[in-house]
Amino acid sequence: MGVEGIGARVVRKEDKRFITGKGRYVDDIKLTGMTHAYFIRSPHAHAKVKGIDSSAALKMPGVVAVLTGKQLVDDKVGNLICGWAITSKDGSPMKMGAWPAMAPETVRFVGQAVAVVIAESKNLARDAAEAVVVDYEELPAVADMHAAIKTGAPQLHPEAPGNQVYDWVIGDEGAVNAAFSKAANVVKLDVTNNRLAPNAMEPRAAIADYDAAEEHFTLYTTSQNPHVARLVLSAFYNIAPEHKLRVIAPDVGGGFGSKIFIYPEEMVALWASKKVGRPVKWTGDRTEAFLTDAHGRDHITHAEMAFDANNKIIGLRVKTYANFGAYMSLFSSSVPTYLYATLLSGQYNIPAIHAEVIGVYTNTTPVDAYRGAGRPEASYLIERLMETAARQLNVDPAQLRRTNFITQFPHQTPVIMAYDTGDFNASLDAAMKAIDYAGFPARKAQAKSQGKLRGIGVSCYIEACGIAPSKAVGSLGAGVGLWESAEVRVNPVGTIEILTGSHSHGQGHETTFCQLVADRLGVPISQVSIVHGDTDKVQFGMGTYGSRSAAVGLTAILKAMEKVESKAKKIAAHALEASEADIVIENGEFKVTGTDKAIAFPMVALAAYTAHNLPEGMEPGLKESAFYDPTNFTFPAGAYICELEVDPGTGKTSFINFVAADDFGRLINPMIVEGQVHGGLAQGIGQALLEHAIYDANGQPVTASFMDYAMPRADDLPSFNLSHTTTLCPGNPLGIKGCGEAGAIGASAAVINAITDAIGKNNLEMPATPDRVWRTIHAA
Amino acid sequence: MSTVKLTVNGKAVAVDVEDRTLLVQLLRDHLNLTGTHVGCDTSQCGACVVHMDGRAVKSCTMLAGQADGANVTTIEGIAKGEELHPMQAAFRDNHGLQCGYCTPGMIMSAIDIVQRHGGQLDEATVRHELEGNICRCTGYHNIVKAVLDAAGRMKVAQAAE
Repeated sequence: MGVEGIGARVVRKEDKRFITGKGRYVDDIKLTGMTHAYFIRSPHAHAKVKGIDSSAALKMPGVVAVLTGKQLVDDKVGNLICGWAITSKDGSPMKMGAWPAMAPETVRFVGQAVAVVIAESKNLARDAAEAVVVDYEELPAVADMHAAIKTGAPQLHPEAPGNQVYDWVIGDEGAVNAAFSKAANVVKLDVTNNRLAPNAMEPRAAIADYDAAEEHFTLYTTSQNPHVARLVLSAFYNIAPEHKLRVIAPDVGGGFGSKIFIYPEEMVALWASKKVGRPVKWTGDRTEAFLTDAHGRDHITHAEMAFDANNKIIGLRVKTYANFGAYMSLFSSSVPTYLYATLLSGQYNIPAIHAEVIGVYTNTTPVDAYRGAGRPEASYLIERLMETAARQLNVDPAQLRRTNFITQFPHQTPVIMAYDTGDFNASLDAAMKAIDYAGFPARKAQAKSQGKLRGIGVSCYIEACGIAPSKAVGSLGAGVGLWESAEVRVNPVGTIEILTGSHSHGQGHETTFCQLVADRLGVPISQVSIVHGDTDKVQFGMGTYGSRSAAVGLTAILKAMEKVESKAKKIAAHALEASEADIVIENGEFKVTGTDKAIAFPMVALAAYTAHNLPEGMEPGLKESAFYDPTNFTFPAGAYICELEVDPGTGKTSFINFVAADDFGRLINPMIVEGQVHGGLAQGIGQALLEHAIYDANGQPVTASFMDYAMPRADDLPSFNLSHTTTLCPGNPLGIKGCGEAGAIGASAAVINAITDAIGKNNLEMPATPDRVWRTIHAA
Repeated sequence: MSTVKLTVNGKAVAVDVEDRTLLVQLLRDHLNLTGTHVGCDTSQCGACVVHMDGRAVKSCTMLAGQADGANVTTIEGIAKGEELHPMQAAFRDNHGLQCGYCTPGMIMSAIDIVQRHGGQLDEATVRHELEGNICRCTGYHNIVKAVLDAAGRMKVAQAAE
């Protein structure tokens, strides 16, 4: 693999700037003549905007403008879109209410913007915002999903009667009913998947700069996918044609899905910069992040699983209510449908599955993809069901899983997905060995003698990553293709620039992508740089989410590399007077196999650019590009086991051990992969024990700061015990499956299964706070 | 407006600021030291931690005027030229950072933790002491490793001096 090649634990190239304070995030950027935006946001969950009086604010020092939603609509800035069309079971399209970037008439969640102050500084903008008087007429609001679909509930959008966005189904209901009618045992479970706030540590920010002479906009923004942002801003929001809009996503401080979407604030900043003729900067604060960054999860589900007399699953029936909040965010519609219900087979052979998903509007912040996006909800449901079944059927939970594992691949599930490869027994074996599963009863007895309740919980997850191929997602309603692009530019001196449509916001692409080049060409990674995040520099690309950047983005780089190598071999063969078929690449040299004749890679590059002696008819230069569209999703899978103790006196949970055995296919940089798993586990454990974005019955958010929303801290988490098993993904030439979301997908079920095992009661909702655990222990 | 005089990373500076200016605003907006970050509004996340007179403080939670006369060190001021501070090197070597946003505050807090505890650090103490710094990327696993690693390196460096 070489010291810097594929599989090497290379320390990250990007780290130096971050550890020395030289990272360049959007808020670090200052433009000449820059103004500052501060949004005026609704304090009500549902209200009519009867009038906005900005006369006093406009007289205040440093105020440049106060702009309202009505002006935005008058200027024909488009409404926000939802880019994935879902069809209800009755054949009707999903029912979407209009979402203007600032509300001209009606606000539908606390935090929705109605106006913006543009001023010489953020403090002055904030001062002036206090002086803007908004006349609201409060309307009845509804935050709870079940309340929202009841007759007589407050209605959010005239387009969506009964607050229902869609009623979607998947699977064969008849086959499922037949399975249940002959079942030996049926296991039933109700679960709530708690609403989460993504909370990337860098708040969202945008700087918009309009050049009147060129009629051209530049937008610096905290985006996971700057090209998609440009496409949407251009094609749907009427900001500017794509060639007149440059979107730059520089260093971005975490995303976790929340920075995929194109938000009102970027649109307003662009529009405002043209109106005031100066650059406009907006940087959100943390409370704005809680109010306006798309939330995650928020499902209520009833599920039933049918078993035969041999404990084999014969059917699964699921009904889920999914909360979309007040508006349909960019990819929201796909999350509880094609990213959730298609994974309901888990790691198991289930011949018949039927799922119904009802999307609901409520007066809360919009909900969209958050790390895992639908797959954590599916995995949590299936793994809670398996644990519940094991308890009800009185079999070992690990054994019940083994009895039902899929062992033959490829495997077509009844819910669209065709799993390509995997070895679920191998990962479960690895996890059980790592935690000494066999020794658990003795440890439990020992803990009991000390007054502690010890539990163990298994979670065997599978996910679908890459979010491609384009043809497949297109047939399911996606409005975009989900391939990736790359360009490999070899410079005349042999250094290399890789231009990628993927975007790194913590994933370490500047290192891992170079490792592929080092592996193939033998050049040191210091000679390679990664260019991303700027639509003027990089060809169109789709960005980073869905654990896709290695499986899809890096494969695009590989495809372009292969073209570069092919041309370079021709040049080398010509220079060495050898046959192209005899040229091999070794340690940065192009060699004639079986001889000592060789030419160093930089000399090949130079020859390509001097063009003094190229093969007849060959174009000068050494630069190639590729667009890569996979043939299938990838299917990372693994087994997580959590061992913990509960103090029956306080309900507090303490971790004893947390083991994760993942199968991600080929690893490029195990150190970075481990880091991705650690972070995902923390978010999954955070969901299980701590995190919950709560609204009161009237739609007032109760958890809008780090004082109220329990983010996982260092002393809430254990150190993790990781291992890997490997089946190579047959769907891409590198054999990569993706690792970005696994931890968040698999962890929460392991934790809740362990706590419920410890306390001997199966019904416990997330987050399992000490208060909730104590009440469950002591409930009659 | 007031003039605040202080030493930042070894350099004496005098800055005219509005009285309500926070120390972090003085550093970021007036001195262009953008390595110090703001991640919350409530003094919870610790992305803004700097050292004032050798002690870790949250620069979002104090007025610039309160730093008048003080000696402030930011993330930009801890390396000796090209030689990284042992804590910076340990964060890099242990993959203690991903998106990098919380990292400057983490490193400044971690240096303070090691200085206060000397060689007596263990994992539980590090985790407890990091209560005031939030990271969303790493799950803290490698941050804890980095701090313990750096504690050893700083001890060696101290012994050598």
